[in-house]
Amino acid sequence: MAARRTLNSRRDTRRHAADAGLLFVAAAFVLPLAWVVLSALDPRAGLKVKLPDGVTLDNFDAVLKPEITFTPLLNSLILCGSATLLTVVCAALAAYPLSRFRSRLNRPFLLTILFATSLPITAIMVPVYALFVQVNLIDTMRGTIFFFTASQLPFAIWLMKNFMDGVPKELEEAAWTDGASSFQSLLRIVLPLMGPGVAVVTVFAFVMMWGNFFVPFMLLLTPDQMPASVSINDFFGNRGTVVYGQLAAFSIIYSTPVILLYVLVARRLGGGFALGGAVKG
Amino acid sequence: MRALSRALPVAPALVLLILFLAGPIAYCAYIAFTDLQLTGQAESSFTGFDNFRTAFRDEAFLNAVWLTLVFTVLSSLVGQNTLGLALASLMQRASKPVRTVVGGIVITAWVLPEVVAGFLLYAFFRREGTLNAVLDWLHLPSQNWLFTLPILAVSFANVWRGTAFSMLVYSAALNEIPKEITEAAEVDGAGGWRRMWHITLPMIRRSIGTNLMLNTLQTLSVFGLIWVMTRGGPGNRSQTLPLFMYEQAFQKSMIGYGTAVALLLLVVGSLFSLVYMRLLRTEV
Repeated sequence: MAARRTLNSRRDTRRHAADAGLLFVAAAFVLPLAWVVLSALDPRAGLKVKLPDGVTLDNFDAVLKPEITFTPLLNSLILCGSATLLTVVCAALAAYPLSRFRSRLNRPFLLTILFATSLPITAIMVPVYALFVQVNLIDTMRGTIFFFTASQLPFAIWLMKNFMDGVPKELEEAAWTDGASSFQSLLRIVLPLMGPGVAVVTVFAFVMMWGNFFVPFMLLLTPDQMPASVSINDFFGNRGTVVYGQLAAFSIIYSTPVILLYVLVARRLGGGFALGGAVKG
Repeated sequence: MRALSRALPVAPALVLLILFLAGPIAYCAYIAFTDLQLTGQAESSFTGFDNFRTAFRDEAFLNAVWLTLVFTVLSSLVGQNTLGLALASLMQRASKPVRTVVGGIVITAWVLPEVVAGFLLYAFFRREGTLNAVLDWLHLPSQNWLFTLPILAVSFANVWRGTAFSMLVYSAALNEIPKEITEAAEVDGAGGWRRMWHITLPMIRRSIGTNLMLNTLQTLSVFGLIWVMTRGGPGNRSQTLPLFMYEQAFQKSMIGYGTAVALLLLVVGSLFSLVYMRLLRTEV
């Protein structure tokens, strides 16, 4: 009894210590986030975290214009939306035979894919630029979409295959006896059953591309094609002095979609959803 | 025939991967051995290992290698990894509301687009920014961090942005350790540090390996974060390899040389990637 009581009280002390430690780290983590929220509402925002001198939505008003916010966000949407769609379709198609049929080529292919998931894509941006200049894909949306897709595909195929392996084959065999083709059974049986898995792949690909700066920064040149990840740079430089309140307001508008998407998927599938396929292998 | 029709669905992905990923990598391996430039020269010619010889004699390149090493060790191996493990193990004992709030904050930093993260930390480290305000308030000396210690500032930025990943990996790993084992050790009187060292760490060593590998690979290719915060400066005091590559290829128009640097980065990345696959020892 006594031993248990000391163990319990020791556990209580430890819980308080853990809480205190975590809150301390969180305080350090929250400061930059607090800056962006408070500055967006502050008519006279600077670089320091401070309570706003009166709350205003003027900063949002100032940036909610076609050339500052809507065009770049639309560009981001076109770019990342198309690339995500292409990624998910290609990954689902590719994952199907890898998951369903035995072949001598499966293993080497999957190992190559796994290898490619961890290559530093940043490194090849210079040759990609040089290549795109030669084949006239530079400064085109479609070129950028294709490259984005290719860069996400290895991880997407890997993840998709792991999710697909979780759908039992017996369910399809019934459909096959009824004369369904494999394409039909993929579309009607396998994909609906792995809905959450498809959602994870979709959201993950979209979030990765939405935040990516280097790829559109290198491959797109015309200002009115720029997605938000690159156009945000315009707050510095061109417009003279930086209006930090507006920069903060834009940052919030630009970040909201990915945070919402993350929350949506994370709620449904629990914490480290995106890591399931990557880390466990 | 049947094999062919079964392999057909892989075709679209395969075509894209070959044209837009394998192609550029092969092209990278080719132009790294040429003197391709953006302007002035119509033809490029094959120059063998010249670019690499130049690199290893180039102080700016060696500086970039050193800074990449510092950046990776500080932010990935030490920062993200240790802090991620600390957060995950504290979370095991913390009360639920604290766990939710702290997890939410750390993960938000991770989900933010990299340019936004860059701006937030730029504001944080600037002379008139938050860090100095906090230091003033504590009566500690303040300084212009982005000027005096740029590589340290960008490393902290990378820790801020990347720790959530390690935290999630380690939380998952710690949850898989059976409660009985740690409880037994506790009853036997093993203290927190001893339990960590003798029980927890050996049991999660596979997760540690994969986490270190993925962190390192991610950190090797960081560009946007540093670009936004310092542009590699002042001078070249935070110019890691990706920024050096970009400067050589575009600001100095030496695509061949820039690509040689890219190829080296790619080779280092591939080596890490191979070790990672070994660690996973996956049954494909």
